[in-house]
Amino acid sequence: MNDSPARLPLRTAAAVKLGNLSSTLSQKMGLGAGGMIGGRVALKLDPQALNRLTQGRKVAVVTGTNGKTTSTMMLARAVGALGEVATNHSGANMPDGHVTALSKQPDAPYAVLECDEGYFPAVAGASNPAVAMILNLSRDQLDRVGEVRTIERSLRDTVTALQNCTIVANCDDVMVTSAAWNAANVVWVATGTGWHHDSASCPRCGNPIRWQGEHWHCTGCDLARPHPNWITTDEAMITPEHQKLELRLTLPGKFNQANAVMASAAAHAMGVPAEEAVRRLRGVSNVSGRYRTIHRNGRSARLLLSKNPAGWSETLTVVKEANHPAVLVINAQEADGRDLSWLWDVPFERLQGRRVIASGERATDLAVRLTYAEVEHTIVPDPLKAIDQMPQGAVEVIANYTAFRDLNARAAADE
Amino acid sequence: MSESTIQIALVLPDLLGTYGDFGNAVVLQKRMAWRGIKAEIVPINYGEPVPDSCDIYVVGGGEDTAQTLAVKHLREHPGLQRAVTKNAVVLGVCAGIQIFGESFTRADNITHPGMGLIDSTSHAGGSRAIGEVLAEPANGLFEGVLTGFENHQGRTVLGPSARPLAHVKVGTGNDGSVEGAVQGRIVCTYLHGPVLPRNPQLADMLIEWATGTKVAPLDLPAVTAMRAERVRAAS
Repeated sequence: MNDSPARLPLRTAAAVKLGNLSSTLSQKMGLGAGGMIGGRVALKLDPQALNRLTQGRKVAVVTGTNGKTTSTMMLARAVGALGEVATNHSGANMPDGHVTALSKQPDAPYAVLECDEGYFPAVAGASNPAVAMILNLSRDQLDRVGEVRTIERSLRDTVTALQNCTIVANCDDVMVTSAAWNAANVVWVATGTGWHHDSASCPRCGNPIRWQGEHWHCTGCDLARPHPNWITTDEAMITPEHQKLELRLTLPGKFNQANAVMASAAAHAMGVPAEEAVRRLRGVSNVSGRYRTIHRNGRSARLLLSKNPAGWSETLTVVKEANHPAVLVINAQEADGRDLSWLWDVPFERLQGRRVIASGERATDLAVRLTYAEVEHTIVPDPLKAIDQMPQGAVEVIANYTAFRDLNARAAADE
Repeated sequence: MSESTIQIALVLPDLLGTYGDFGNAVVLQKRMAWRGIKAEIVPINYGEPVPDSCDIYVVGGGEDTAQTLAVKHLREHPGLQRAVTKNAVVLGVCAGIQIFGESFTRADNITHPGMGLIDSTSHAGGSRAIGEVLAEPANGLFEGVLTGFENHQGRTVLGPSARPLAHVKVGTGNDGSVEGAVQGRIVCTYLHGPVLPRNPQLADMLIEWATGTKVAPLDLPAVTAMRAERVRAAS
């Protein structure tokens, strides 16, 4: 066990100091949240900063397509049982974000880092993690991130080479299972969630994958669903010691139950007893503005973030429970992916019969999709104005990445 | 099933459905249904035989491994090839244009045989072509500019039996100058978006080929607005 992080070399210490100064300046001058700029400055001055800043700390890295920010927050809360945890919040999940977070808490003996899938090899290589958690892998921003099989290959190569690292992997996701299959030490978690549309054929040999209930196997090679160590059941989980623990989460939806069980398994691998982990992560309620409700002129609008087909599909399931009107907000900036083809992979047909407004910078693309889904709608590009046009009462607002970020910032400024 | 129902085969959506190209089948089906033409989507999944009795076949884009598997499957179950000899209408997008040709060569320099449905060969280009595309339909094939989003490594050279679908104004297409291919009743394109929601004139051309009757225009304001926006953004 590590008591305190190693002393930093002079160059890194200076880089960290200047980086922190830039973050503070960026915040004071109203340029940004300071989540990345500090790290960017520090990495320029010392390219080894991430390696040096993680030395002597016990590190967990969290990656996957969906649920990274929520699971990272849950895991950081749980690991807080052991001591101070440095962690990157609000989705600043590339090396500059990691360096910023680690620089701000130089004495924290633990670090929980959310990591973009594309940066995972570099970050895992530099930070020598004790635990790496892979949530799920599905199509996301194909023009920016690339195709899911390429990501699977790079994760597979990375985790297979990692020494002394426990991989916590979702065995209900074929892509994740393939990525972790050859790793030396794997804890398998049955999350009950997985997007099957990218894994009709085996990522290893190309033959068809056959599903029988929750079990699956490849018809051409030995890849098959491993026996899970942790199991997600309805609102509860079963630990490797066969103990059943109620989840009782504040956050809604099946995918958050999956995130919670993954985080509990990872916390357990970091040294936190399962019961303690669940008790701590239960309190997570507002993840960088996600799931929070804003009140405007008699409307209470719940803000939900969804970035890709798998995420939207899950969110539409969550909002299905009540028939509230829905504002859907779509942007296609660089960080969202410029290509909106994925809108056609989302089952918007489920919103038929509901009051819907298409919003965001690409509201008309969404309107075309809704037209063909035979969902009646109007177009109001400004999401706050869209909320105001809904009847008084509860409103669901689902937005993709930059749309959510901007809406959240404007709503916070109004309050 | 009634004789008069137009069947739209959605070919291997589990392998070639990476870029929302499922939307092309939806657009064909709805644009027929809204005009009182009965139409249904018939998904043909990996591992299943390919029927030769459908009226329209829609093939989407996919990743390299998926594309190799798809062409293997379609050669082992040659229903689509038989349908072409019976005058079926075919739309091939992205991977479609590559696997329908005589051959395609990947970045690793391995050449794979195609299905030989169109007179073309494809090879890997130096850089990946990613972004908005505008192209002028060739030979007045249909009205209005062709708009879409491309994301591909492959470059395609057409032989004398295949004609280009359009001439590139913005973007890369097959080779920086022409985009897509038309041979008989087979139409190929590199464009996603998906391509038919973006280009209702192309959708209606395929519908007219399949039904043998002229269709009345459909007024969909969202489609008109979106096309105008995309053309502005690309110009």
